[in-house]
Amino acid sequence: MAVAIAAGRVWRPNRGLSQAAVLLLWRPGARGLARSHPHRQQQQFSSLDDKPQFPGASAEFIDKLEFIQPNVISGIPIYRVMDRQGQIINPSEDPHLPKEKVLKLYKSMTLLNTMDRILYESQRQGRISFYMTNYGEEGTHVGSAAALDNTDLVFGQYREAGVLMYRDYPLELFMAQCYGNISDLGKGRQMPVHYGCKERHFVTISSPLATQIPQAVGAAYAAKRANANRVVICYFGEGAASEGDAHAGFNFAATLECPIIFFCRNNGYAISTPTSEQYRGDGIAARGPGYGIMSIRVDGNDVFAVYNATKEARRRAVAENQPFLIEAMTYRIGHHSTSDDSSAYRSVDEVNYWDKQDHPISRLRHYLLSQGWWDEEQEKAWRKQSRKKVMEAFEQAERKPKPNPNLLFSDVYQEMPAQLRKQQESLARHLQTYGEHYPLEHFDK
Amino acid sequence: MAAVSGLVRRPLREVTVRDAINQGMDEELERDEKVFLLGEEVAQYDGAYKVSRGLWKKYGDKRIIDTPISEMGFAGIAVGAAMAGLRPICEFMTFNFSMQAIDQVINSAAKTYYMSGGLQSVPIVFRGPNGASAGVAAQHSQCFAAWYGHCPGLKVVSPWNSEDAKGLIKSAIRDNNPVVVLENELMYGVPFEFPPEAQSKDFLIPIGKAKIERQGTHITVVSHSRPVGHCLEAAAVLSKEGVECEVINMRTIRPMDMETIEASVMKTNHLVTVEGGWPQFGVGAEICARIMEGISKKLVLEYSQAVVNIMYLNTYSIKRLKARSGQMTTLNLSCVQFPGCSCCSCHWC
Repeated sequence: MAVAIAAGRVWRPNRGLSQAAVLLLWRPGARGLARSHPHRQQQQFSSLDDKPQFPGASAEFIDKLEFIQPNVISGIPIYRVMDRQGQIINPSEDPHLPKEKVLKLYKSMTLLNTMDRILYESQRQGRISFYMTNYGEEGTHVGSAAALDNTDLVFGQYREAGVLMYRDYPLELFMAQCYGNISDLGKGRQMPVHYGCKERHFVTISSPLATQIPQAVGAAYAAKRANANRVVICYFGEGAASEGDAHAGFNFAATLECPIIFFCRNNGYAISTPTSEQYRGDGIAARGPGYGIMSIRVDGNDVFAVYNATKEARRRAVAENQPFLIEAMTYRIGHHSTSDDSSAYRSVDEVNYWDKQDHPISRLRHYLLSQGWWDEEQEKAWRKQSRKKVMEAFEQAERKPKPNPNLLFSDVYQEMPAQLRKQQESLARHLQTYGEHYPLEHFDK
Repeated sequence: MAAVSGLVRRPLREVTVRDAINQGMDEELERDEKVFLLGEEVAQYDGAYKVSRGLWKKYGDKRIIDTPISEMGFAGIAVGAAMAGLRPICEFMTFNFSMQAIDQVINSAAKTYYMSGGLQSVPIVFRGPNGASAGVAAQHSQCFAAWYGHCPGLKVVSPWNSEDAKGLIKSAIRDNNPVVVLENELMYGVPFEFPPEAQSKDFLIPIGKAKIERQGTHITVVSHSRPVGHCLEAAAVLSKEGVECEVINMRTIRPMDMETIEASVMKTNHLVTVEGGWPQFGVGAEICARIMEGISKKLVLEYSQAVVNIMYLNTYSIKRLKARSGQMTTLNLSCVQFPGCSCCSCHWC
């Protein structure tokens, strides 16, 4: 497999790593089969044998004192298919996706972009309480989503709305969640952008960072046991990868041999903390082999590269029951959230570079144009249409009432305990007498 | 111009809670070079809520340290630094995230002095916003006063206004025990009059002492953190109807100042506790229990109730008490962002 071997070939520390260990990473497919797992093979002991017998590592002896140098100057290379102008570099890597699919990728990204602009503004105007944009990272969402089956389970962090967009989550429901209105599947209980959709196999977003990583591994383990022909994809940022949960998740995925894709969006910043302060190693991809995980680094702004890597990872994760780590390099063009002003810690020039010179939407548009599948007129018409769609959904979402106050009490447990029922009744009585002092007109009756 | 030599009258100025904490930390950083601050976004970003504004600029990388994202990691590092002789201030972006580090706070910080036979002290401060904010959902809104207040070895404080914030953070930093300082995000921007003594660099508020914010004779209202403000508002409304509330600002959760509360309840015979945490096993529950076990024998005890109010305390809740004159009542009013537990059977109407 071209992709996997490329990863295995280049990752070779300067010195000190035995050939045997490198071969371990070279051989695609060997890791997942328990029978041939090197650590499980019976060691034939012989006291005359001068080879290492330690259970903890499969390696040769060396008699020269050498430290392995972390390679951060020339790190794991970044796989890409298109250049920054959307031209295919190596034709054999072109996934040759049909026109409808590429258009769907494009429209998902642009519709998301439009929705982001409008909802960001709406927070600024006090209409919703909070928002997080996805500017610059749309390619990581749709490229990966397009490579999965619709039933593959998704655990996100909070900046993966494009995955839902690709899975045709309606604008009405995005808006409903942000407004917390009666149409919200989450019953208005979460901050905006904390989407969840059982039908589209997108687990409800949870705020604390990296908690989704070990959870995703558990879900993948369940899928393996059920022989479900299903992969779990777990998204997280490079900052969240610093959490202890990430370490546990990676290690367990490898030791329990789970069909999971770890997808790291390395966008350069965790709120204001740049990667140079987040870690000192070669990013997140370099950690994978440390856990025994097949790993690759891709250009996250190249939708086809993301697609190819995810597609291959999915195929093998399910076939071989082993985890894959994809580190998608990208850039967070927007602020961390509406509570952040990134001009405090980075230059406008830097942001402009990514916006103008290396944006997943522009690169795919160049590709579409060169294929003759898109033109200026269609672009204009689509921009108008997508804006109209978003504005309509937005206006409707604003008009809808909030969920009934009774819903404060449900879903704490599967069955409502007596005490909560009493509280519910107590509230009802309270509102009967003092309802005029509450903004009940905004709530569902 | 007539020279008014020697007499400098310091005007009462308004200081926000945020600035008060900032001042407190600044003064302690200046006073003792072993003091340092670490956490996410505390340095160049001036703090996620701008509480450490200007400190990195003034003290630099060695004293104000940004950490990678790992609460268990940096809490552990802070505990280790404290064990080695430094005096860290460990900031959690919110106390909700401290759960990722709770083993370090309880098993390592709180218990070590005892378990080492008094050999190993951990002079650390854990601080950050606690409790309710505005529309940030369950995972950003929990009040941890009861959780941390439960643990021996820890001191736990919960400031309400600017004076509290400054005095308590300074005392916490100077205290050789691990101290948890529970701030409140919604209070950060609220200005309060800063009395002259609070402007001194040695202004300390003793840990373990409550403050009577408002004198009253009819009913004792005990609270901590942001709800203290709500209690005072309610008290003002009730005063017009002839009910005088004595409002007690706990300031410290552990060790709790029961003396002040008992003295007040002996006077008024009525008690309402108000908090932002969940009712079961909460701060109010503890106060009610101690009253029941303690001074209640000296008072006429008719009944006691624990009450859950799903909305913030409002004056109507306290108004109902007016109807029950002459009886010893204890009421525990807790704000819940969503009902989370089964409280004891209660009805209030």
